[in-house]
Amino acid sequence: MSDIVLAARDVRRDYQMAGETVHAVRGISLDVGAGDWVALVGPSGCGKSTLLNLLGAIDRPTSGTIAVRGQDISTLSDRAATAFRLRHVGFVFQRFYLMPQLSALENIELPLAEAGVGKDERRARGRELLSYVGLAAREKHRPSELSGGEQQRVAIARALANRPAFLLADEPTGELDAATGADVIALCAQLNADGTTVVVVTHDEEMAHAARRVIHLRDGQVVNEVHA
Amino acid sequence: MIRLLATASLLRHRARTALAVAGVAVSAAMLLDMVMLSTGMRESFRSLLERGSFQVRVGPRGAMPFDGEATVGGAAGLLDTLRAIPGVTVVAPVLGASLHAPQGEGAVAAFALGVTAGSQGDYTLQEGREASGAGEAVLNDPMLTAVRRRVGDTLSLGTGFDPQLRTFTGLRTLRIVGRVRFRYLATEQRGVALPLPTLQAMGGDARRDRLSLVMLRVDSAADVEVIRAGIEAALPRVSALSTATALQQAEQRLGYFRQLAFILGSISLVVGFLLVTTIVTVSVNERIGEIAVMRAIGVSRGHVVQQVVLEGLVLSLVGTGGGLALGLVTARWLNSILSTFPGLPEAVDFFLFQPGPAVAALGMLVLTGLAAGAVPAWRAATLPIAGTLRREAVA
Repeated sequence: MSDIVLAARDVRRDYQMAGETVHAVRGISLDVGAGDWVALVGPSGCGKSTLLNLLGAIDRPTSGTIAVRGQDISTLSDRAATAFRLRHVGFVFQRFYLMPQLSALENIELPLAEAGVGKDERRARGRELLSYVGLAAREKHRPSELSGGEQQRVAIARALANRPAFLLADEPTGELDAATGADVIALCAQLNADGTTVVVVTHDEEMAHAARRVIHLRDGQVVNEVHA
Repeated sequence: MIRLLATASLLRHRARTALAVAGVAVSAAMLLDMVMLSTGMRESFRSLLERGSFQVRVGPRGAMPFDGEATVGGAAGLLDTLRAIPGVTVVAPVLGASLHAPQGEGAVAAFALGVTAGSQGDYTLQEGREASGAGEAVLNDPMLTAVRRRVGDTLSLGTGFDPQLRTFTGLRTLRIVGRVRFRYLATEQRGVALPLPTLQAMGGDARRDRLSLVMLRVDSAADVEVIRAGIEAALPRVSALSTATALQQAEQRLGYFRQLAFILGSISLVVGFLLVTTIVTVSVNERIGEIAVMRAIGVSRGHVVQQVVLEGLVLSLVGTGGGLALGLVTARWLNSILSTFPGLPEAVDFFLFQPGPAVAALGMLVLTGLAAGAVPAWRAATLPIAGTLRREAVA
């Protein structure tokens, strides 16, 4: 395998729900190399999204370690984890979650502004990314004026804004019809071909087939791994 | 970007934001009016008492100036004594009485002041000149209107009127030489001023050599309180009241107004706080998924707090600005109603705008709005990101 970007070792995540302990992730270990494209698949409740959240430092493992380029991120403080996510992780969500009051361009500028990038540079980077995802003509449109597929492409552009080490996508085609979903899969393929490391949680077979590695999860554990 | 997000969030629900701003504006207007009320009457009285630059008022023992019909006898001797006090530069005697002007079958009643032209502090001349001759008088507008006279006309005035016998006592015909505005009379109260000896003579034995009040102007180097205490010690039949003492007494009587203003002003602050907290909390609850995503993509807690607090601050600031205008308009309207209150001097304002207290009170409201936004802001910033996203996905 090429350079290891993400390395999870015996990661567990338990949480309390209705007074009971739920073992969402039970001792998963995996490596993701630079330029890899990994699809995490499995039935609902198998721990895919929880694992993704742990890999992206928006949740902490109950035990085990997660390292990004050798840096342990499983014990970061909230402030450090926030800064880490801003600089190194690109998130894409099933429901796009664009800021409805901002234009497409402004949505992409949001993480850049947070990173302290100057206005001119932000604008230039935002336009570059909009152009990359094929929405150059839509920069002033608000999310409500865009189709679902267009919103997801803007969300992907936003995730790429700060040139992250890897992209984490949680059911990115879950809210899209088949044709629009195919566009997003194609965009992910293009991103990966251009060198972006992608980890995607999906129920979409097309998306899983497009990935280089498919990791099957069940009951919080890896049960199978298939390389394309 | 934080400012843009905060403004955009407020503009997302324009009608709700407008209603919240209107609510804060009403709250601010009420607060401002209460502050204006709490200081207005006191400052008005102060201004009224300080006009004419008389620092001491001497009247019958135990009575406030013109509080009832009480007078002091031995006026000539009293005036000589007061003039002899070191530091006293002007002695202005005043006699108050009711006068009646025969008009057809009836009479028009007026409040009359016997004063010394040139040293009086009870009225300002609007037209003509002061009444200095024995047969002269000056009238205010309500009196001129009631008796249908103008400056230059003559008018018969008596000190007593028997409505059954329809006869007047102390009747004299006086020439109207001036039109004046009395400082201490109510807006519609009819008033006449004439030379003190004339009014004393018209009053017969009951008014001869008597005074209602003596106003003293004191040299700036002299100690007003020492002079006041000296007068009371030397003249047991009189009370001497300094402007400071008069204000103290007025403040005691106005204590209820201040308490009322304080309570209502505090309620305004609480209402403003609750309003901003409610609106910002509702707004945060609606965007909980967006906020979790902002945190997920790397927006810091501090910036989330800033954004939400800024929303509360903008609501408070805009509402307070509107409240300032609304409060001033309301105060003017209430003043115009209360200026016709019977027995109150026209010059007394219930609501007086003073920049210092107004800025302090409205600033407090803005700070309250800031604090009101802080509670939902902190809640937004400390959301568990993964849990919130999971709940949002399920929802």
